[in-house]
Amino acid sequence: MAYKLDAKTPAGELAQKWSNHKAAIKVVSPANKRKLDIIVVGTGLGGASAAASLGELGYNVKIFCISDSPRRAHSIAAQGGINAAKNYQNDNDSVYRLFYDTIKGGDYRAREANVYRLAEVSNLIIDQCVAQGVPFAREYGGLLANRSFGGAQVSRTFYARGQTGQQLLLGAYAALNKEIAAGSVKSYPRHEMLDVVIENGEACGIIARNLVTGEIERHGAHAVVIATGGYGNVFFLSTNAMASNGSAAFQCYRKGAGFANPCFTQIHPTCIPVHGTQQSKLTLMSESLRNDGRIWVPKKMEDVEAIRKGTKLPSDIAEEDRDYYLERRYPAFGNLVPRDVASRAAKERCDAGYGVNETGLAVFLDFKTAIERLGKETIKQRYGNLFDMYEEITDVNPYEQPMQIFPAVHYTMGGIWVDYNLMTTIPGLYAIGEANFSDHGANRLGASALMQGLADGYFVLPYTIGDYLAKKIQAPKVKTDTKAFDEAEAGVRARIERLFAIKGNQSVDDIHKRLGLIMWDNVGMARTKESLEKAIVEIQALRKEFYSDLKLVGNNESFNVELEKALRLEDFLELGELMARDALNREESCGGHFRSEHQTEDGEALRHDDKFAYAAVWEYKGIDNVPEMTIEPLEYEFVHRAQRNYKD
Amino acid sequence: MNFTLKIWRQKDAKSQGAFETYKVENISADTSFLEMMDILNNDLIHKGEEPVAFDHDCREGICGMCSMHINGHAHGPSQAVTTCQMYMRKFQDGSTITIEPWRSAAFPVIRDLVVDRSAYDKILQAGGFISVRTNSVPDGNAIPIPKADADESMDAAACVGCGACAATCKNGSAMLFVAARVSSLAKLPQGKVEGARRAKAMVAKMDELGFGNCTNTGACQAQCPKSISIAHIARLNREFLAAKLKD
Amino acid sequence: MGCFLTNSSVGKKVVMSVSGCFLVLFILFHMAMNLTMLFSPEGYDMVCEFLGANWYALVGTVILAVGVLVHFVYAFILTIDNYRARGKQRYAVTVQEKGVSWASKNMLVLGIIVILGLGLHLVHFWSEMQLQEILGKTTTTVGGYEVHATSGAAIMMITFSKWYNVVLYLVWFAALWFHLTHGVWSMFQSVGAANDTWYPRLKLTSNVIATLVFLGFAAVVIFCYIQANETTIAELGATQIEDVKVFE
Repeated sequence: MAYKLDAKTPAGELAQKWSNHKAAIKVVSPANKRKLDIIVVGTGLGGASAAASLGELGYNVKIFCISDSPRRAHSIAAQGGINAAKNYQNDNDSVYRLFYDTIKGGDYRAREANVYRLAEVSNLIIDQCVAQGVPFAREYGGLLANRSFGGAQVSRTFYARGQTGQQLLLGAYAALNKEIAAGSVKSYPRHEMLDVVIENGEACGIIARNLVTGEIERHGAHAVVIATGGYGNVFFLSTNAMASNGSAAFQCYRKGAGFANPCFTQIHPTCIPVHGTQQSKLTLMSESLRNDGRIWVPKKMEDVEAIRKGTKLPSDIAEEDRDYYLERRYPAFGNLVPRDVASRAAKERCDAGYGVNETGLAVFLDFKTAIERLGKETIKQRYGNLFDMYEEITDVNPYEQPMQIFPAVHYTMGGIWVDYNLMTTIPGLYAIGEANFSDHGANRLGASALMQGLADGYFVLPYTIGDYLAKKIQAPKVKTDTKAFDEAEAGVRARIERLFAIKGNQSVDDIHKRLGLIMWDNVGMARTKESLEKAIVEIQALRKEFYSDLKLVGNNESFNVELEKALRLEDFLELGELMARDALNREESCGGHFRSEHQTEDGEALRHDDKFAYAAVWEYKGIDNVPEMTIEPLEYEFVHRAQRNYKD
Repeated sequence: MNFTLKIWRQKDAKSQGAFETYKVENISADTSFLEMMDILNNDLIHKGEEPVAFDHDCREGICGMCSMHINGHAHGPSQAVTTCQMYMRKFQDGSTITIEPWRSAAFPVIRDLVVDRSAYDKILQAGGFISVRTNSVPDGNAIPIPKADADESMDAAACVGCGACAATCKNGSAMLFVAARVSSLAKLPQGKVEGARRAKAMVAKMDELGFGNCTNTGACQAQCPKSISIAHIARLNREFLAAKLKD
Repeated sequence: MGCFLTNSSVGKKVVMSVSGCFLVLFILFHMAMNLTMLFSPEGYDMVCEFLGANWYALVGTVILAVGVLVHFVYAFILTIDNYRARGKQRYAVTVQEKGVSWASKNMLVLGIIVILGLGLHLVHFWSEMQLQEILGKTTTTVGGYEVHATSGAAIMMITFSKWYNVVLYLVWFAALWFHLTHGVWSMFQSVGAANDTWYPRLKLTSNVIATLVFLGFAAVVIFCYIQANETTIAELGATQIEDVKVFE
């Protein structure tokens, strides 16, 4: 039974769609809002802003987060900034240009109407955050400052030092606190959603585990919003936080929500390379470094070997023996090409044997030229904290020797399928922020994740959810003693018991690391039919091993981090396979999805718009069954699709 | 490198805790402190023992989740970093490392090295916000803010809410945390509007939750992973007094 | 508005700050007064006479006593609060953080030493001088001498002729030095009159004031110790009443 997908894209001119839609959808009266309950899972930029705004409107909101405070959500780690089409720099920016850059950056695999709406509300976000007291960087005249990011030719990124995500999240968290104090939002920290409850085909609540006591709780609501971020940790090593996971989204998928474009994964080009086998996560070095840093590897193999052996320092390599490969391949954008392009170029050099550390998986990011041009002081002012962080981690002084960097998994563009109202294929179940399949197509531009999370939470969902809830104004409080809740809770308990009963020999991390390697080697930066088929077989085998050889200590009735990790890994083991299946199906290269069979003569991504101009929406059919794919065609009415060009 | 670890183990909030001694061997100098803990935990799991519970998440020094008291220092002996940004090369090979949870009456232990910091959330809920509704705001550039003020506001806003200030303070005082929020908003025109109410409400909540009194030792600033200055405490004092004197 | 000074943490610190400020001013005044001794013991006696049991001196004494009491009582209240806030379980390992002064973490201990010194000081001087006047006497007996109750110079000379008194007072002054190095800038901080630009200046001021106070008081004590002999004491108008060999 394939999905009947209706994106509910409003008719009319691109610029009028959102206004028309807002005018057409239903609203709920204040008196009725008080009678309606909404659950928001996740408290990052999307979840916190949505919960705060919904609380303000008068709904009764419950928020759930796995960390000890809503403020810890991983949105906090975003460094660079947030885009908005304010045109404060007078560089001819506009809503249309932001929309166009985003569509193009996403390699024409996003919905036009959604992306336009995103660009349209981007300006409101800046206003909102300033009013909340977010200390954005300012110029001497007291007005807001901007900087440039990859994939754009205008300066439209607003920032707060290297901690923009933190500041925006603290703004949303403050708004949330205001509502918690007012009593409209109730907070459940250290709670993990383990299932979504569906009754009569509509979402009516969740099953959550209290992570401190292990208690399994039932929470009912008239609508459920999933704002739990991305699933990059399927790779074990990523720039995501340790607890970031895809489980909430995966429970929705398991319960019937469509999962769209799971293979679209963003690999960030500037991360500190992997060292050894005990590493727990990868550290991102901000994209802003590419404003002044130049990326290179040696031209001569003997230099590569000398550097690896330590007989030569990178600074010993003469200028003419360096291969500034991004500048060589992309003269127009140089070191500021979009992330997917920069990452692939690094991989290409390392595959050719020019990687500069022992593992052969690193390239240099060099500030020598910039220091000569601007002086060490200026560089220190711009990037001092990043340089210090790099030295702390690697024990190498980046003022003297170039940084070593390598791409790492960073963001997932894929996610739960949603319509224009951000509702999933299950009525009453919404997905916002990175958790949905989003507005970023096949590749996200820098400084756009924050924009999308806040756009969904502050300005889209609070309106669109009313359209659904208007039908619920007569509905009584959701009862949690129903059969649907009984079954969901029993399912969760059975799942937990099953894991404890395995009593095998491998820890969660042992298995997760192996999954990560399978994913990175076969479903990583470059994918082939063979690698993907191999990944599917290997993941299935690993899943069997998981169910027969997992070693889980402790019990459910206590603070048990291993149990939390095991439950998340269980979902990753299915999600990884789904990603491989989606990647296998998509026989083209686009954005972050690069099928080696489909590239241009210059090694660039080769799209096949005739066959794959669609979102692939997957429907769960059971753990060992092949999911069913439904297509949502992506029709471009306003933009002409072209080969992305960052060369000239 | 090899280390002997003395780690506080405590089953739950109600149980009595005690130090346990563990050995970790062949640790590379490039291993982060928390990765060293991961290695220990993986060993413990393989031995069938329960791993050491500790809070951590982003592992890049910004989420504020990690919270270990290492050899007498909140977040360990390095200055201006969180626990997750400590690397084993900072420790002497063969040495004994004592790891304790935050100790403060307002931060009860949940398990092992994990403490309950919800008191900080409660203080912020008392007034650590600007009361604006979504969408009812002026243009971002409507109010120019001097760069120096915005920068100072940002200095204070860098707080990650980890709790090191109260944990390290001999008085268990949360003043640096409270001051960082009050000061950050007080430096901005939009925050000044309800500045008096905010300062009073947050101090009252802080006192109610059982945090101690600031005696200006400056230990908080020395251990703060974001090096937030006690000058913000002075501003909080100023804001609070001005507000109270107007009552 | 009265209540915030007793029921809020910031208010309590304001009380410490204001009472401390008052005490610092008094100490500076007292030190200046003592310094007269170095130049003119007679002049010092004049000051003592001026500040005898006159109504203004008595009012001053009462205010001062209240100031000391408030500072002392609040110190204990704060310490008890803070001990509770620290929780039952203490750290097994603690260290002195970089940039944190030892004095700042030991203000209560230092304060107790200062108070004990004050007690000793009151026994040595105040009880022999102003108290005697209040009791209606004009003379008193100190260390085997009969002296006039306003003859501060002689009483000082007699008291500090004993080496152990000198040592006790120097310890007291040292404790006061530590207490003031933290206390003086801290009183600005507690009322919010400080920032990053002013910290170095305020801390320098603290050290200067503390050192001046130490040197000023210590100089007089040492001066007395060196100068004290039968002749000098007799010259200051003290008469030996017992056949005690004060000076070997």
